[in-house]
Amino acid sequence: MLITRRRLLKTAAASGFAVSASGLAMPALAQGAAVKIGYVSPQSGPLAGFAEADAFAIETFTRVAAEKGLTVEVIVKDSQSNPNRAAQVAQELIVDDEINLMLVASTPETTNPVATVCEAEGVPVISTMAPWQPFFIGQQGNPGDPASWQPFNFAYHYFWGLEDVIAVFTNMWNQLDTNKQVGGLFPNDADGNAWGDPNVGVGPGFSAAGYTTVDPGRYQNLTDDFSAQINAFKAANTEIVTGVVIPPDFTTFWNQARQQGFVPKAATVAKAILFPQSVEALGENGHNLSSEVWWSASHPYKSSLTGESAADLAAGFTAATGRPWTQPIGFIHSLFEMATDVITRAADPTDPEGVAEAIAATNLNTIVGKVAFDGANLPPFAAKNISKTPLVGGQWRRKEDGTFDLVVVDNTTAPEIPTAGKMEAIV
Amino acid sequence: MNWIDTIAQGVLLGGLYALFAAGLSLVFGIMRLVNLAHGDLIVMGAYLILLVVSVTGINPFLAALIAMPLMFALGWGLQRVVLNRVLGPDILPPLLVTFGLSIVVQNVLLQGFSADSQRVGAGALETASVDLGVVTLGVMPLLTFASAIAVIVCLNWVFYRTSLGRAFRATSDDPVTASLMGIKPQGIFAMATGIAMIVVTIAALYLGMRANFDPTIGPARLIYAFEAVIIGGLGSLWGTLAGGVIIGVAQTLGAAINPEWQILAGHIAFLVVLLIRPRGLFPRAFD
Repeated sequence: MLITRRRLLKTAAASGFAVSASGLAMPALAQGAAVKIGYVSPQSGPLAGFAEADAFAIETFTRVAAEKGLTVEVIVKDSQSNPNRAAQVAQELIVDDEINLMLVASTPETTNPVATVCEAEGVPVISTMAPWQPFFIGQQGNPGDPASWQPFNFAYHYFWGLEDVIAVFTNMWNQLDTNKQVGGLFPNDADGNAWGDPNVGVGPGFSAAGYTTVDPGRYQNLTDDFSAQINAFKAANTEIVTGVVIPPDFTTFWNQARQQGFVPKAATVAKAILFPQSVEALGENGHNLSSEVWWSASHPYKSSLTGESAADLAAGFTAATGRPWTQPIGFIHSLFEMATDVITRAADPTDPEGVAEAIAATNLNTIVGKVAFDGANLPPFAAKNISKTPLVGGQWRRKEDGTFDLVVVDNTTAPEIPTAGKMEAIV
Repeated sequence: MNWIDTIAQGVLLGGLYALFAAGLSLVFGIMRLVNLAHGDLIVMGAYLILLVVSVTGINPFLAALIAMPLMFALGWGLQRVVLNRVLGPDILPPLLVTFGLSIVVQNVLLQGFSADSQRVGAGALETASVDLGVVTLGVMPLLTFASAIAVIVCLNWVFYRTSLGRAFRATSDDPVTASLMGIKPQGIFAMATGIAMIVVTIAALYLGMRANFDPTIGPARLIYAFEAVIIGGLGSLWGTLAGGVIIGVAQTLGAAINPEWQILAGHIAFLVVLLIRPRGLFPRAFD
């Protein structure tokens, strides 16, 4: 956008007016007018699976908010799975709709552009469902220089980090008898580069736990041939495969590996087998694939909004939509728990600084576990803006009718979450 | 590095690319139309096959046979109603229309089938392989390669042994003179797109059985298909197969050095061929 003299004058006048107007109208707003919440999520495009519980969660939220006597309005915008579009709709929500609080979820491609816009515009934002390193470090001016990293004033994020994935994966592998040789599939994208980084990726963490990582190199997403990786894994005699792979690529890899007679004892991958639909697409070959579990119907937490247990929420979703529960459902629900809690505690929900302070002071038991920005288990630079939720390990077990159950098999990292079985080797 | 295995896998991969490219090559060769929606039409074919499989529960190969006439009719109608109107001396309108079509197809599929990853199950065939001593080859890639050859043999037979093929070649060489001889280029174009859609259905069958697909996966397939067509030379179907194999082998060789080189090696092979033979390896038409 070109800044002309006229536009500059107009914007300056408008913003000056807005400041003085909000100062005057504040007492009235705090009592009567609706608190506007903006919500950006990928409802269409490749990431749409993350957003399938949006309508369900918002419906619950508006119902409970009405019961509690809160006047709220949720304005939903679709990021179309595109980071540029996410930034654009965030801007629209702030400038046109004049929202008081932003919520955002689902992968760094959505959370980062929205949080960056909010931080620049001074609008408080609660974000989730992206590992905290890509969220926090990815938004820094120079991700390569830890000394330059700055905390945010308005952006708060809760989820887990790479250190939790490393712990969960190695705990699961420790249950099996293997030669501790791990083959890594890391694509050339934001996740793949973060995971595969030889210094700050998963490799050093695995070697601290006694596992050697074989990393053939970054490949392009939507590759049709994995023979190079399979040959490299065979040559290194790897018995474990890990990585952060998109679903079509994992299917291509897994089938080609079987065709070439390469069957590792464990295949623990993120992303590819997040959704039951992706695992069902693998048929019998999906049995006993493992991955990290951030939320399940058997998590022992309750919603602060409705008092429902995780199992109730999952069952309610299935009853309302006829679809199986997925991990994002719990987190989308928790995002609106956070919004309710913050709005209730904030002295004036329309004051950005006050809302940001209320977010920072959060100490809430949600359906995904406790959220508190107290810096627990975090390095000092991230302590202000990040809160970690528990992570455990699970395996997909195929049932007679061809559907799959996600069974928690390792809870060393979060003992309050019950296991329902032991890690089994793939045969 | 196991050279024989790497090259064998690359050749089989080339069969997949050639299958994706054959329909594109046909349409491009006859009417100089670059169909940017080709990848999305393949994905649509895959959904059609999936639909037939899930409704009737039959084998995916039989389902593809049912899908073929439907896809033919769709291609015929698409050419008659939409694409014939934009074909002309200016190459931009058809490009824009097919680009728009690509977006429309993606979003219609997203509305109709959601963003879920889907797959056409092929049972034990998915992971079956034959051990040839030196190399182990998957049955599915072998079938893909065989189908690519069969498709090209059939298309060549239509092109050079039937009166329809004569009309195709005549229209391709000079539409004005061909229409003086009583050939209606519009009808010929519609037939060509219809036949291309049958080839698209076969490509869709292997795309669907090989890996997961979702509505947005189509465009990624277009670039290799297009390169295969260009390497092979305008209007040459065997050239398209050769082009696919060259890209496939270049990619697996590149990947064997480092997976970062996989895609780049394919593109470099494409550029090298263009440097040496700017018209492709086996150009049929001269224009």
